[in-house]
Amino acid sequence: MSEQTHGRRHDEGEDVPPPEAPAEKSQTASDDFDELLDEIDSVLESNAEEFVRSFVQKGGQ
Amino acid sequence: MPEPEQVTPTVLGLETEYGILLADQACASPVQDGLDALHPMHLSNAVIRTYGELVRQHSTGWDYQTESPLNDQRGFEVPRGKALADQLTDVENGLANLVLTNGARLYVDHAHPEYATPEVTGPRDAVLWDRAGDLVMLQGARAASRLLGRQVRLYKNNTDGKGASYGTHENYLLSRSTPFHRVVVQLTPFLVSRGVLVGAGRVGRGQSSELPGFQITQRADFFEAEVGLETTVNRPIVNTRDEPHADASRHRRLHVITGDANQSEYATWLKVGTASLVLRLVESGGWRDVPALVDPVRAMHVLSHDPSLRATVALEDGRELTALDLQHRVLSAVREHLARHGAGPEDEEVVAAWQQVLDDLAVDPARCADRLDWVAKQQLVERYRERDGLGWDAPKLALLDLQYADIDPERSLYHALRRAGRVRTLLDDAEVERARTEPPTDTRAFFRGRCMSRFADQVVAASWDSVIFQLDRHRSWVRLPMADPLRGTRAAVGDLLDRAGDAAELLDLLGS
Repeated sequence: MSEQTHGRRHDEGEDVPPPEAPAEKSQTASDDFDELLDEIDSVLESNAEEFVRSFVQKGGQ
Repeated sequence: MPEPEQVTPTVLGLETEYGILLADQACASPVQDGLDALHPMHLSNAVIRTYGELVRQHSTGWDYQTESPLNDQRGFEVPRGKALADQLTDVENGLANLVLTNGARLYVDHAHPEYATPEVTGPRDAVLWDRAGDLVMLQGARAASRLLGRQVRLYKNNTDGKGASYGTHENYLLSRSTPFHRVVVQLTPFLVSRGVLVGAGRVGRGQSSELPGFQITQRADFFEAEVGLETTVNRPIVNTRDEPHADASRHRRLHVITGDANQSEYATWLKVGTASLVLRLVESGGWRDVPALVDPVRAMHVLSHDPSLRATVALEDGRELTALDLQHRVLSAVREHLARHGAGPEDEEVVAAWQQVLDDLAVDPARCADRLDWVAKQQLVERYRERDGLGWDAPKLALLDLQYADIDPERSLYHALRRAGRVRTLLDDAEVERARTEPPTDTRAFFRGRCMSRFADQVVAASWDSVIFQLDRHRSWVRLPMADPLRGTRAAVGDLLDRAGDAAELLDLLGS
């Protein structure tokens, strides 16, 4: 049972930064974190409510 | 500084059940639409089988001869008729099972794909082969996605937030002579309070996230007993399964089921490193003044529910301690033990890192965002709450929690933090890739793994403590027991494995 919609664009990986993205960032600026949130926005499942609802697991150990 | 004693290395391993989800709504064909009806057990099976095809490996039999899931450390055995069906893990179920060339086991357990690391002898190696498992799963999920035409996604987490939990277990080999009661009493305060180091963070409180808010661990709410044999219901803080996968007259295997699945390499390292040290302390006679909690199960919940780390739990002597107090007490006992008995280089590193994390947490938990999953996740969630003005019941926050643990670096929020240089790492990608196919060299996993890379066609089954060969079609099976986890190393058999042209020659060389 999985009805969530997902932005196809992410499947191709274009919106995803290359793995070797520069790690040099100033630790203090909260701008950095906001930039990161913007980046995360672009990879988040597009319909949060549907996605969370569909995430149903069977129990395990 | 006293001379280090001749300490037998701790043999340990990790096992992880991954959450599994079939994504994509817009399907190209009715067949692909129909996949929604597939039981997660079969979806998990598809991941394992396609990984097997990817590495050109057939499903391997599993040798259940020495498995005893119903034996209890307390000295009795549950009658099979009284056991729950999912405790009967020693029965062939027709699902895929692969013994990998790195010595790990990849299989379907319940309704999840599971990866159990090869046996290793130290925390850093545990992290390495654990991360290798993530890579195995990633490749399996991608291959299964291509095969099915739908995206199969895997999550290294421990709950769906709707009442289901699945485990990440640690296994430590102990001496049989250590009284199990001592293990229970002395390990409990450590396990109850270690969430502050090893929690993966969770949006929602209660087994079904019925209460809003953030808590430190994924697993705490699913623990309901202090000691017991079960792992899927009424979960106990100290699990009593007595199935050593080794000579039972000399060893126990402690099956620790309370842990969270960590993304942070540092957190996994701390989890395994601290537990190994505490167990070594317990094995050598233990510590005095062990804090006796009035209600360990409740304490575990209370401490997990308080990310401010100010909550206290009651001891039987009337004192009230925080999680950090409890951890400090365990740490100072470990320090004393190491001062008396000697410490190896990695022991020293673990103790220093443990101390630093406790100090940083006491000043401001945010200081540990580069090392601890729960802090990193909490920061992310809080920042979103602030920016978007979200309440704790906002689906987006639950989504952040789930997607933090997506194992695909393209979607994983942990990996987004990692790429941004915000988390401390211990391993580079090349060594993880190598560990995906190469076994550790210092345990019997080396022998098992090499048998799979050299003679897979002649291996009909294997297990943690055996390999069964069929040398050719006309000969019957030969079972080679491997009761000692520290035999079968590269130093002992590497040369023989290199010289043998096939399994028959290998057995001749081994003198069987």
